[in-house]
Amino acid sequence: MGVEGIGASVVRKEDRRFTTGKGRYVDDVKLVGMTHAHFIRSPHAHAKVKGIDSSAALKMPGVVDVLVGQQLVDDKVGNLICGWAISSKDGSPMKMGAWPAMAPETVRFVGQAVAVVIAETKNQAKDAAEAVVVTYEELTAVPNIRAALAAGAPQLHPEAPGNVVYDWHIGDEAATKDAFGKAANVVSLDLTNNRLVPNAMEPRAALADYDEAEEHYTLYTTSQNPHVARLVLSAFYNIAPEHKLRVIAPDVGGGFGSKIFVYPEEMVALWASKKVRRPVKWTGDRSEAFLTDAHGRDHVSKAEMAFDKDNRILGLRVKTHANFGAYMSLFSSSVPTYLYATLLSGQYNIPTIYAEVMGVYTNTTPVDAYRGAGRPEASYLVERLMETAARQLKVDPAELRRKNFITQFPHQTPVIMAYDIGDFGASLDAAMKAIDYAGFPARKAKAKADGKLRGIGVSCYIEACGIAPSKAVGSLGAGVGLWESAEIRVNPVGTIEVLTGSHSHGQGHETTFAQLISERLGVPVSQVQIVHGDTDKVQFGMGTYGSRSIAVGGTAIVKAMEKVEAKAKKIAAHQLEASEGDIVIENGEFKVAGTDKSIALPMVALAAYTAHNLPDGMEPGLKETAFYDPTNFTFPAGCYICELEVDAGTGKTSFVNFVAADDFGRLINPMIVEGQVHGGLAQGIGQALLEAAVYDSNGQPVTASFMDYAMPRADDLPSFKLSHTTTLCPGNPLGVKGCGEAGAIGSSAAVINAITDAIGNNKLEMPATPDRVWHAIHG
Amino acid sequence: MSTIKLTVNGKAVSAEVEDRTLLVNLLRDHLNLTGTHVGCDTSQCGACVVHIDGRAVKSCTTLVGQANGANVTTIEGIAKGDELHPMQAAFRDNHGLQCGYCTPGMIMSAIDIVHRHGGNLDEDTVRQELEGNICRCTGYHNIVKSVLDAAGRMKVAQAAE
Repeated sequence: MGVEGIGASVVRKEDRRFTTGKGRYVDDVKLVGMTHAHFIRSPHAHAKVKGIDSSAALKMPGVVDVLVGQQLVDDKVGNLICGWAISSKDGSPMKMGAWPAMAPETVRFVGQAVAVVIAETKNQAKDAAEAVVVTYEELTAVPNIRAALAAGAPQLHPEAPGNVVYDWHIGDEAATKDAFGKAANVVSLDLTNNRLVPNAMEPRAALADYDEAEEHYTLYTTSQNPHVARLVLSAFYNIAPEHKLRVIAPDVGGGFGSKIFVYPEEMVALWASKKVRRPVKWTGDRSEAFLTDAHGRDHVSKAEMAFDKDNRILGLRVKTHANFGAYMSLFSSSVPTYLYATLLSGQYNIPTIYAEVMGVYTNTTPVDAYRGAGRPEASYLVERLMETAARQLKVDPAELRRKNFITQFPHQTPVIMAYDIGDFGASLDAAMKAIDYAGFPARKAKAKADGKLRGIGVSCYIEACGIAPSKAVGSLGAGVGLWESAEIRVNPVGTIEVLTGSHSHGQGHETTFAQLISERLGVPVSQVQIVHGDTDKVQFGMGTYGSRSIAVGGTAIVKAMEKVEAKAKKIAAHQLEASEGDIVIENGEFKVAGTDKSIALPMVALAAYTAHNLPDGMEPGLKETAFYDPTNFTFPAGCYICELEVDAGTGKTSFVNFVAADDFGRLINPMIVEGQVHGGLAQGIGQALLEAAVYDSNGQPVTASFMDYAMPRADDLPSFKLSHTTTLCPGNPLGVKGCGEAGAIGSSAAVINAITDAIGNNKLEMPATPDRVWHAIHG
Repeated sequence: MSTIKLTVNGKAVSAEVEDRTLLVNLLRDHLNLTGTHVGCDTSQCGACVVHIDGRAVKSCTTLVGQANGANVTTIEGIAKGDELHPMQAAFRDNHGLQCGYCTPGMIMSAIDIVHRHGGNLDEDTVRQELEGNICRCTGYHNIVKSVLDAAGRMKVAQAAE
């Protein structure tokens, strides 16, 4: 390892601009002649739009235009799509209602746009919006899963009878029934996985610019995947063909999944920029984020696990209802199916699994991928079930897990996934040691003497990351391939540009990816520029989500680098009059092995571009591209243990210790990896203790601001003790697995297991607020 | 419309603005100081924190009129040329930021925290003092580390002056 190569905690290249206020986010971009958009949104969860009168607004100062949903229809702008086809048990395709970017007839959630005001300033647009009169006829709202499935419930979409999108299943129903028939013990649990709001700190924004001369659009947008946005906007929404649309996602202030999707506001801004022949900027405020960013989770499940007399798992049966909200967001259909039920085997040998998932429409904000996307729901279910089982079977929770761990790899689970490698015992051991698991009973006794209820909770998670082998996801209904691309340009002076289809919105790619180059070519990271987030610069890319950037994007860079090295070696051999096979690369020098003859990378690069003395037939230049499609998912796994105290008098939880032992394979930049874990843990702990998106019986959101939705603050969280165990991923040349989502996937169960251990009552739902905990203690 | 005169990052500024203009809008829209961010609309997240006469203030809930005649410092105004402020350097060195959006407000709040507490800072105090700044990326672990580190650095820098 070089000082800036693989394994070095290099301080981030991007941080000078971020710490000095020089980051460039979408709202920081200003264009000449720019107008401002403000959306008029439904105050009702379910209503007919009877009329929109914008005559008064159009006369107000600075107003350029007021556009409504019917005009989108007239201009044949497409409805929003869902890009993953899921079929029900009976083979029928999922049942989707139409989602127009602005509703011409019916609104189905509070916050759905019906019109947009375009004005000279943001305040003028907001003022005029107050003067637009929208007449609604209110309809009965369906605020949650139970209401959606009730007999005689209002129907949201004529296409989806009973408000059911699909009734899907996976696994072997008969074999699982047999397993339960033979069980010595059966453990069952009802669980709710609370709805969350991603709340990236930068609100979504879009700035669209139509160039009349070139009939060309540019869209600056808060996206995790600008090429996917361009593809969807072009192929399905009929706004601009791909070669006439440039999508730029500059610095993006967090995503957590919520910025994967193409939203109505981006479509409308593009479309409106041509209508008004001026740039149109929309910057959401936090209230709009709560109302319109895709939410996460929202499952209600019943889970049962069968054990033999030796406490070995015989089978798992799960029935889940997933709330999709009012419309099917871009990848929503895959989240409670292939990203969820395929992980229900957890870290355990489970001979047979059967899971049913029913997806339903409600009059709430659409739900889609949020950090972990299906895998936190699976992990929470399995790990609460294991803890419950240990208590019911009266065995140590850690040892029950260990007894059932998968120890032979590769391991084919009954739910599609083939785990390639892991050492679950090692991460359990590391976490138990870090928290002094053996000493817990004494600490609990001491706490009891002090009047405190102390608990400990284990969670052993596994996730499928490095998303994803294109052929595999294609066979499961995905509308896109999930490879990644990279291009490496070695400039004539030896500096290097890496163009990647991955997108960084906090992950530190500008540093980590540069370290990959430094490791192989010996150049300092300061001489490597990572270019991303612009469809005019980067050839193509599928973006960043599913902890895929290093495993898929990083491997694409390695593949391109191999091509660069191969050509550079040929040039070096020619220059040094040596055999190509004798050239080795060391610290930026191309050397003839066993001699003192060498040529530095910049001289090789210069030779490539001057082309005065290249091998016969070689093309000039030193630039290579690669498209890399993974052969399998990667399987980060680990163990989190939480120790906490509950104040029986108030129900308040206080952390004593939180330890994490993760196996992410090889770490490129351990400092950045640990930062990813910290952030993930905070989101998982936030789900466990604080966060919940709540709707009242009319479908009105009652948690639509930071005053009402409890975001984790600095004083809600502990410092974390992290450690790593390592099994190298065999599926990619870097041996990496991905680290972005683990914390959010594994931590919720550890917290709830610890609280329920402390209070001696397993009936506790997330978020475990002091009120809920107090009632769980006192009945 | 009113004429507002104030000092921003050491420079005299005069602007003709609507009375309802917020300080953050003056900074971002009129002065192109886009390092100060807006992350919410309820004065909760602290992405917009600047210093007015040396005190940390949320610029999203400050009318420009309230800052008339004041000395305003933003994230763009704390480094000495190429030399980062000790708090900026500590955030960089301790990986106290990820997406960078909350960072300017965090740094401006943190400087004020250190000023008010001097060297008497511990983890609990820092966590409680940061209650008005929300970060979604870092879980605060490295932010707390950064602030404690910077408190030491600022003490050294102060002693040197």
